[in-house]
Amino acid sequence: MTLADLLLGVMFVGLIAYGLFGGADFGAGIWDLLAGGTRRGARQRDLIEHSIGPVWEANHVWLIFVLVVLWTGFSPAFAAVVTTLYIPLTLAAFGMIARGAAFAFRKSISTLPMRRFLGAGFALSSLVTPYFLGAVVGGVASGRVPPGIAEGDVITSWVNPTSVLGGVMAVLVCAYLSAVFLCADAEREGAEDIVDAFRIRALGTAAVTGVAGLIGLFVLRSDAPLLWNGLTGRAAPVVGISIVAGVAAVVCLVLRRFVAARLASALAVTAILVGWAVSQYPYVLVPDMTIEEAATGRATLQAMLLALVVGAVVLVPSLVYLYLLFQRSPDTQTAEKKSGPEPSDPSAAVMS
Amino acid sequence: MEPMQVLADAAENLYPARMQMAVSLGWHIIFSCFGIAFPLLTVFAEWRGHKRGNAALTGLAHTWAKAMGVLFAAGAVSGTLLSFEMGILWPGLMDRFGEIYGFPFVLEGYAFFIEAIFVGIYLFGWNRMSPRAHMLSAVPMIISGAAGAFFVVAANAWMNNPSGFRLGPDGQVEDVHPWAAMFGPSTWPQVVHMLLGAYMVTGFVIASVYAVGMLRGRRDHHHRFGLLIPLTLAVIATPVQIGVGDWIANTVAENQPVKLAAMEGLYKTDTRVPLALGGLYYDDELHYAIKIPFGLSLLIHHDISGKVAGLAEVPADERPPVNVVHLAYNVMVGIGSALLLLAFLFGWTWWRRRRLPKSVWFLRAVALSGVGAALALECGWVTTEVGRQPWIVYGILRTAEAVSPAPGLFLGFYAVVAIYVALTALTVFVLRRMAHGKDTPAPQEVDAEPPDQHRDALAVR
Repeated sequence: MTLADLLLGVMFVGLIAYGLFGGADFGAGIWDLLAGGTRRGARQRDLIEHSIGPVWEANHVWLIFVLVVLWTGFSPAFAAVVTTLYIPLTLAAFGMIARGAAFAFRKSISTLPMRRFLGAGFALSSLVTPYFLGAVVGGVASGRVPPGIAEGDVITSWVNPTSVLGGVMAVLVCAYLSAVFLCADAEREGAEDIVDAFRIRALGTAAVTGVAGLIGLFVLRSDAPLLWNGLTGRAAPVVGISIVAGVAAVVCLVLRRFVAARLASALAVTAILVGWAVSQYPYVLVPDMTIEEAATGRATLQAMLLALVVGAVVLVPSLVYLYLLFQRSPDTQTAEKKSGPEPSDPSAAVMS
Repeated sequence: MEPMQVLADAAENLYPARMQMAVSLGWHIIFSCFGIAFPLLTVFAEWRGHKRGNAALTGLAHTWAKAMGVLFAAGAVSGTLLSFEMGILWPGLMDRFGEIYGFPFVLEGYAFFIEAIFVGIYLFGWNRMSPRAHMLSAVPMIISGAAGAFFVVAANAWMNNPSGFRLGPDGQVEDVHPWAAMFGPSTWPQVVHMLLGAYMVTGFVIASVYAVGMLRGRRDHHHRFGLLIPLTLAVIATPVQIGVGDWIANTVAENQPVKLAAMEGLYKTDTRVPLALGGLYYDDELHYAIKIPFGLSLLIHHDISGKVAGLAEVPADERPPVNVVHLAYNVMVGIGSALLLLAFLFGWTWWRRRRLPKSVWFLRAVALSGVGAALALECGWVTTEVGRQPWIVYGILRTAEAVSPAPGLFLGFYAVVAIYVALTALTVFVLRRMAHGKDTPAPQEVDAEPPDQHRDALAVR
């Protein structure tokens, strides 16, 4: 394993983290969209808001991490990808802005129409952003990004069968992950009816995702033969792990073992991403540019690896602390709300 | 694609791409200032509040923490867009220099990540952690905010003064020293200038909000502290900033003489050069300017016979647009001087009499200072960015060579403008709501009332 391989591997860990945490985040927005009318869906929306409130910013920094490592360590490949695929990437970035702003500000607003508008913005952009990111992955994986600046077709590089598959799969996986995560969150908050609602959704999306994945294999066989060969050849064991983990997750959901379901689902999604990486190795841009060709100078790669390791020593404990602090506190929060000073009449804010 | 076609697209894309970058960065820079300085003010108020058992101060700190959450969220989303744009708009820079230019951004990613985590902890932990632990959780925010600014500005300083590598015979990058590249000659003056600028902008803007409140007759403890604490920070930073301005001007004179010439509208290299204020530059000359004899020579060399290089030293196609740079620079210095005057007035009164100046004009000046400081920041940034043109990497790579030739790229500019107008409106709207209703939660908090509970209130309406 070369230094460049190692660094790209670290980047890929970031990508997986983004897929899991950011993905669940996007998925929560999708369920927000499908939660029903203002009154009926209020409790589900509440749970969603509780679950991602303090962590959504941190969840999305993973993507920035992936981007900066790529542009520093693999500059030529990065330049090729972002220029050829600039349209879906720009749209995804706009989606992230709309999503972040709408989610953040919705909470601070108490008038219903404005809240509805922002809520719709949050939910819709949660749906389209993962689609565009998945389409980008599809474009890269099917070899539609040649090396060089804006050398590929700016339209067909992301409007093609593999990109559509990538986009749809991304949306489904986000929705699935989020439903599984929310089951456990709802259980912890003791909301049994919501647990059931999300459990049914998780099982439903699992079924749809499985079917879409099967259809997808045939799409890949005709549209991205290299990826197909990799997935059915070298990466077959990884794909197998993904399937086994996926089935295990479904079993856990049926048995209401939500924490185990979380882990199994995370493993299934991780294996899908790793499968893509394994089947594409050693190419960054199939079929023209390998990892070694794309890698920048040794000094930079070394410095970056050092920075990543030292940074992780600070970052990981902080992140763990955030999640722990946040996961264990619903009780103290409600207790405090009751015993704390009476919240002033909300109408005061509306009237003023 | 035909080579000629590519060139045509690149030419078509250049101006919109620059404008798109300017809008995105110009928006983000204001919000990142709050990310740098707001935690410091908030935790200071919290600390004083706990120490004195003063509820007005802790209440103020809580209000600020929420506002900080909103501003941080706005800064975070605009920063995400930037990390895309850097590659989408300027692939020529990334392709060739990504390994040098990108490295500080890797570190910045970490700094931002840690800040995001602790903003979450700080806001979520309000009343959930012991005061001591809660205040300690602000320390990583303050440090990572400043560190993030360092890394971003170090990358910009590298564009002004590329160092830490060699160019091979075919112009390829060789022998890269990523750490050394972060510490080029422009880095420290630019970083210190930016950090102080961030403290000034944050301090004056927050103080101005409370000055407006006081002008409207709200002179309670909440407003008094709300004005005093940020204003004190800004007032301490201002005179230091003027000194740093001298440092940075000298660095520019030494390393980017053409930029300095554009800042001053100076065409011919000369000695005993006057300092030019205002005016309009055309026909290779600055017209209608007020000139202070020997001023520039004195400033740069601390000697009236010092020699200053003019724009004539380089061919016309290597000169930046002079009027933009000169006027932006003058506006920045002008506002800086006015703020210095305000700082002295406040400092003197406080030192001698332990109170605010009584004149209503003082409050009016403070009310204006926020807008002024933000404008000065933008002007300073325009000075350094436009002053570097036509280069994206000074003396090595032209901006026109770095821009993406992708067809249709220019449309992104219109979309970005529309998005930022909406985002600005929304941010202002939310901050105003927060100012009026104390229970309005920040994005990172989880106390939001579900809309259902507002139903009755709305029905009454």
